[in-house]
Amino acid sequence: MKSNRMAASRRRAVIVTAAGLAIALVTMQDGARGQGRGQGPGNQPRSAKAAAPFDATGYWSSLVTQNWRLRMVPPARGDYIGIPISVAGKREADAWDQARDEASGNQCKAYGAPGLMNLPTHLRIAWQDDNTLRVETDYGTQTRLLHFGAWAPTEPRKRGWQGSSVALWASRRGGRGGPPSARYLRITTTDLLSGYLRKNGVPYGENASLLEYVDLFREPDGSALIVWTAVVEDAVNLEMPYIISSQFKKQPDGSAWDPTPCSAGW
Amino acid sequence: MWRVISTTIAIVAVTGVFARSQILLDPEGVDLSGSWAARNFTDAIGNMPGGGPRPVDYMGIPLNDIGRAWSLIHNESQVSMPERICDYYAPTYIAIGPMGLRMWPESEMLTGSTTAWMIGGWADFVPIAIWMDGRPHPSKYAAHEKSGFTTGTWEDDVLVTYTTHMEASAIRRNGVPNSDQATMTVRFSRHDNILTITARIDDPIYLTEPYYLTRSFALTRAPINPATHPCTLANEGVDAERVPHYYPGQNPFVDELTKLYGIPREAVLGGAETALPEFRKKIKDKYVRPSKCVSVPVSTCGGPGTYPPIN
Repeated sequence: MKSNRMAASRRRAVIVTAAGLAIALVTMQDGARGQGRGQGPGNQPRSAKAAAPFDATGYWSSLVTQNWRLRMVPPARGDYIGIPISVAGKREADAWDQARDEASGNQCKAYGAPGLMNLPTHLRIAWQDDNTLRVETDYGTQTRLLHFGAWAPTEPRKRGWQGSSVALWASRRGGRGGPPSARYLRITTTDLLSGYLRKNGVPYGENASLLEYVDLFREPDGSALIVWTAVVEDAVNLEMPYIISSQFKKQPDGSAWDPTPCSAGW
Repeated sequence: MWRVISTTIAIVAVTGVFARSQILLDPEGVDLSGSWAARNFTDAIGNMPGGGPRPVDYMGIPLNDIGRAWSLIHNESQVSMPERICDYYAPTYIAIGPMGLRMWPESEMLTGSTTAWMIGGWADFVPIAIWMDGRPHPSKYAAHEKSGFTTGTWEDDVLVTYTTHMEASAIRRNGVPNSDQATMTVRFSRHDNILTITARIDDPIYLTEPYYLTRSFALTRAPINPATHPCTLANEGVDAERVPHYYPGQNPFVDELTKLYGIPREAVLGGAETALPEFRKKIKDKYVRPSKCVSVPVSTCGGPGTYPPIN
């Protein structure tokens, strides 16, 4: 009698155990699936291209609906409205000399990464490889390479107008415990040559930092818009972070693509 | 022994399910609450505190002929009329005004779900309620109000709001109009402690295509007062029953930007094509770069100390 009760109790325990394990496994598997984004088969990290939350490739056109006279045409010397320029930055900008830039082959100083995306340009965006997004502008024929993953600049470091850019797909939720989500592109750029934030010589220095956030919004009518927000910090030439956003509308093709060289005056 | 093991596993399983449920119950979107200081660099001219843009500056706006004609008869003194003194303080002011934002959620007590996101008032700007509870927009026959009617949804982690039932107002602070048929979609996109809003204004009366505007804000510890006082009528010296205006073809400011900044009239008068890079080809031989910046009527050239620091 007692052994029958023990056997029944053991059977119940086995059933409960099995059920509990099953529920636990399902729960854990579900959770793991939610956190597994960015992982490929065999726990290999997925490439940036495969993990992209949106497809930014194709042709895009600036929509210059704001600060028009400061962007679409080269503004006058001394027109610093919209830039938190410091005393030192103003001193340098006041001494800006277009002819000197042309003579020294520095026509591209206003086409560096901190100011480039705010210029009136078309973009051509494509994956150069699975972990490198290439962003080209026809205005000034510049190319930015956005490196994902474990990429690091080669030593010795080389400065350039577009610097070295490290990108990642970022989540807005951070560590709040919500489902991991990669929703926007975050770019950090270093190794910049000093250049101009505006085509009238408002300077940024080699030690300036550039942080960018890129969103892509799709409209109900099928059109798409990229909003590119840049944060430029330069303790010498700026009084505070310079935060500026630029809009780009998706183009059906490259018919408007029109490469033009850098120009110090137009 | 078996009982202990099975009980332990059952507790683990139940805890797992509970924890999972908590994740599912997490609030939607991201936290937008707080005080957001305006960083008016993207549209330093349009968002400029004080006077704002010059009278005839329509560059980059996709105006149609009616919108352009209506803009050109506008006289800045209209906003001194008692009847029109509050005209600009409409929902579009979030995109064209100079102010920062104070945002907070109104939550339902039992579930914690957000009923509405609130944007506090600023000076004469009306507070905006962004209804998140799925309520429908009013009938198309319903009265339009200064605050319009705004609903919101989360698309991924971006708050997308949609405003209808606005009164006629402005999309640039120099009298470029929006009709009461206009609608506005705004995306609130937070990155770290930077908030970027992207506004899309559709107006079947005055625009040929959507008009996009962006603004950026930085989270600040200095609280922005969410209180507002309603825009009140005052006598600013314009006679009652007189509407300041210009007759067609007689706006005295139509060539002002050409004289001040060398920008040809075809650009000044706006239109969708003026926002595109290829428009530069049309004006390349007509643009005359001024030798130096001209400040009119106050300092519009900027310089050190122009922008207040963020706390």
